[in-house]
Parts: sequence; structure tokens; C-alpha cells
Amino acid sequence: MEPSGAVVRFDEVGFSYPAPGGGHGPEILRGMSLALDDGSFTWLVGPSGAGKTSALRLMHAALRPTRGEVAVLGVTIGTAARRALPVLRRKIGVVHQDLRLLPHLSTFDNVALPLRLARRSEARVAQEVTEMLTWIGLEHRASARPEELSGGEQQRAAIARAVVSRPALLLADEPTGNVDAAQARRLLALFAEMNRLGTTIVIATHSEDLVGRFPAPMMRLERGRILGHGA
Amino acid sequence: MSNRSGRDPLGLRRAMSDRLLQALIAAMALLACLGFAAARGVDALGERWRLGAEAAVTIQVPDPTRTRIALALGVLATLPEVADANPVDPERLAELLRPWLGEQPNLTLPGVIEVQLRNLDADVALIGDRVAEAVPGAVTEAHGLWVGRLAALAAAVQGVAYAALLLVGLIAVAVVAVATRAALAARQESVAVLHQLGATDREIAGRFARRAMVLAVCGGVVGVVVAVPAFFLLARLAQPFGAEVTAESLAGLPWGSLPWRDIATVPLIAGAIGWVTAQSVVRVWLARMP
Ligand SMILES: Nc1ncnc2c1ncn2[C@@H]1O[C@H](COP(=O)(O)OP(=O)(O)O)[C@@H](O)[C@H]1O
Ligand SMILES: [Mg+2]
Repeated sequence: MEPSGAVVRFDEVGFSYPAPGGGHGPEILRGMSLALDDGSFTWLVGPSGAGKTSALRLMHAALRPTRGEVAVLGVTIGTAARRALPVLRRKIGVVHQDLRLLPHLSTFDNVALPLRLARRSEARVAQEVTEMLTWIGLEHRASARPEELSGGEQQRAAIARAVVSRPALLLADEPTGNVDAAQARRLLALFAEMNRLGTTIVIATHSEDLVGRFPAPMMRLERGRILGHGA
Repeated sequence: MSNRSGRDPLGLRRAMSDRLLQALIAAMALLACLGFAAARGVDALGERWRLGAEAAVTIQVPDPTRTRIALALGVLATLPEVADANPVDPERLAELLRPWLGEQPNLTLPGVIEVQLRNLDADVALIGDRVAEAVPGAVTEAHGLWVGRLAALAAAVQGVAYAALLLVGLIAVAVVAVATRAALAARQESVAVLHQLGATDREIAGRFARRAMVLAVCGGVVGVVVAVPAFFLLARLAQPFGAEVTAESLAGLPWGSLPWRDIATVPLIAGAIGWVTAQSVVRVWLARMP
């Protein structure tokens, strides 16, 4: 299925959310085609409501396309058996726009989730999570619950959870939304480091400001269509 | 570090700690125990009645000459339904009838044959016809019929008890389903996050199922403990009908007459209902996500 090197491939992808009264709503992704190479770094930019979040959700199999074909890490999302998707999801790190930390778990346990799902031993979980928290500067907040963290700390915890299992593909949706310029720069450096270590990265943002700080291929999305590629 | 919450990433100990669920399961376990006790108790009574009824067929032979009695016994011996047939000793018969008839030396009593059937369903009328063919005037009576009817009533009561057990089971399923749905609703976002992180349906449903099972087993045990005094009461009421249980009584209580196996299975069945119901509710819920 998977041709040379593309980690993510969209072929004339259309998507519409189910309408409240049944059937399909308006198409919010319209004939999207793209191919992201292994180890690439891509900015997905566009105004609010353009469809960035929906495109990322297709990439981590939270949605299935209503037309066209989405292939991620060799799995065709539209036709894959449902039981094949968890394995795929474990290879993808996701930073949600709304973070989605589990409110009743400590920072440590939130970051440990992907490792425990992968059934790593508790000794390895302890080691890798502590390493991760140190790298991202949250080691002193390990036992705090999300509500006790600042916006920036929550953002970093969400990123730590997304990358702790060294995913092949990292999808981040407005990952600097809650932080100041200095924090944003630090997070960006972190993504750059991940990318250098081989992770394919897609970051969706509506902030051209952020894009200016790290030159990389850019995909511009407007009203569900890709308007252009650039750098 | 915080291993305990690591094992409960959905916080189900709080979302599904529901004392109400446990209390309801306990109440239903109690009902189930009573249902079992009723079914088993009636079963024991019905069994005794059936045993009594087997000896309940008699044949009266007027003009009871030796040959006529022998003829009747000969016919009975050829019938497969008949387990045993014995003439009642005339002396004993006279003894039995004296309270009703007084001393009447001149009265000729009919000969009486007691017939034991192999089972109660045997066609008594057919037996009567066969004997009457061979021995004119012989009358067959199945005065054990009312006992048979009691046994039928016992069977009906037993059927009702089992129907009640089934109903209790179905209500338990409904109660667990409602509790699981409530916990799912409370943890909807966390479930979605686990799903997105690549947790399988089996892993997610398993967490709810284990929680539901623990709660149901605990509720079941509580219900059983509460049920035991009720059992003793029932057992004591049934004692005069059942006989023989006193031999096993311990400290004056008829321990041996209680359906311990059924009682022990109640918490296990409750646990199984909890596990299976929670599994299916969560899996149906998850099936909505790709
Ligand atoms: N769950 C949903 N149900 C229905 N419509 C949605 C849903 N999520 C997003 N949309 C609509 O889809 C369009 C694209 O949204 P989104 O993908 O979130 O864009 P972006 O991330 O670029 O802001 C918007 O018009 C939005 O209203
Ligand atoms: Mg968005």
C-alpha cells in the first residue's frame, strides 16, 4: 500500500462531520492531497476553521475520511479493520489543541500512560518518564495534578506525553497556544530536536509568527483546501 | 511513584464507587438466595410427596377368595408400571377399619391389594381395567391423586421461583448497565484519550468490567450474609414436612438443609453479571469511535 518513504499520504480526501439530524454535514475538507516524507517537518497553517484540526484527526485515525484515501505509516485509514487501529495509534504522538490531560492523574502518571499501554515494566516507566520530565523541565512537578499546573506547564506535560514513547509521527495542534513567546521558542527547539532524532512532525498553527521562527515546508489550508506549499 | 493511580488511569474507583450499586446488588443477591431456597425447599417437599404418592394405589377385590386374589396379583405382576403389589392382611385390614365400622364379625370385607407404581405418571385407569378384566368386580382406587396434585403445585411454585430468579438476574444486568453508563459518562473524555493513545477496546472495557465485578461480588456477599437468617427460618418452617433434617442440625440450626452450593454461587453469578454487562456496555460505547 505504502509507496516510498511517505509517512502520511492524502489522496483527494474529503471529509464531513455527521449532521445532527443524520447523514453528512457540509464537506469541511475538500479534495485534499498531500504526501509527507519520513523525517520531514511540516507546518500546517491556515485561519481558524480552515480544517487543520480535522486534518490532524484523520492522520491519527480519530476520524475516517468520507471520500478519498488516507494512509498513515502504511495503514489505509478508510478501510483498515477497527482492531488494526490501536497499534497504529501507539506509533503516533498527538498534542491536542485542548491538551486533554487526565484530570485525576499526576503529571508523572499522565506522561506514563503511553508506556503503560505499551506494557513497559514499571522500572522502565519510572526511568523514561523521569528522563522526559527532566528534559522538558517538569521534574519538580511530577506529582502535581493538571489543575495545579500553569498553562505552560500543562502544555509541556501534554507534549511530554506525546513524545515519551518516541513515536514515528508527531502531530501537534496549536502546541504553543497557551504559552508566552519565550516558552514557545523553547517548545519549538524541542520539536526541532525530536525531528533531528528522526520523528516526522506536523504542527498545525494559525500563528504565522511562530512559523517565522523555524523555517520548514509549509502547507496552507483554507476552507478545507490546500492553497499552496512553501518554505 | 503513584503506582496506585497508574493502575486506575480512569479514576474508576471514584467514578464507579457507587454504594448504591453495591446495595442494589446486595438486595438482589438476597432475593436470589430466597428464590433458590424456595425452589430447593419446594423441590424437597415435592419429592417426598411423590414418594408418598407412589404407594397410593389400592385395589379392592370383593369376594376375596384365594384364587381371585392370586389372579389379581398375577395380572399385576405382568404390568411393567407396577413395582410391587401386596395383599393387605385381613387381620390388619379389620384393625384399620375398626374405628369406622366397629366390631362386625359378619361383615365380609373386600380383599385389598396395595400397589406400588414405578412412577406416578403410570396410567392407573389402565391398570384398573386389566385387573377388572381378569377379576370381575375389582375396583382400583388412586386416592394418592391429591398428593400428586400437591406435587404438581410444588412444581408450579418452583417454576415461579425460577422465573423470579431469572427476573432478579435481568434486573441486576440493568442495574450494572446503568451504573456503567454513568461511569462512562463521567469519564467520557478520559476514555477518549486512552482510546486515542492506542488502548484497545479490550483494555478499556476490562477496566470497567473488573470494577463492576468487584462491586457486584462484594454486594453479592453482603446479600448472602443477610440471607442466612432467613434461610434458617424457612428451613425450620419446612422441617415438619421434610423430616430427617434434624439429624444434621448443629447448635439447633438445620445447617445441612440449606442450599449451600446455590448460596455460594450467588456472589459468583453476581460477579459474572457485573463483568459481562460492563464489558458489553463499554464495547458498544467504544464501537462509536473509529
Ligand atoms: N465535531 C465537529 N462537528 C461538526 N463540525 C465540526 C466539528 N469540529 C469542527 N467542525 C467544523 O469543521 C470546520 C473545520 O474545523 P477545524 O478542523 O477545527 O478547523 P481549524 O482547526 O483549522 O480551526 C469548522 O467549520 C468547524 O466548525
Ligand atoms: Mg483547530
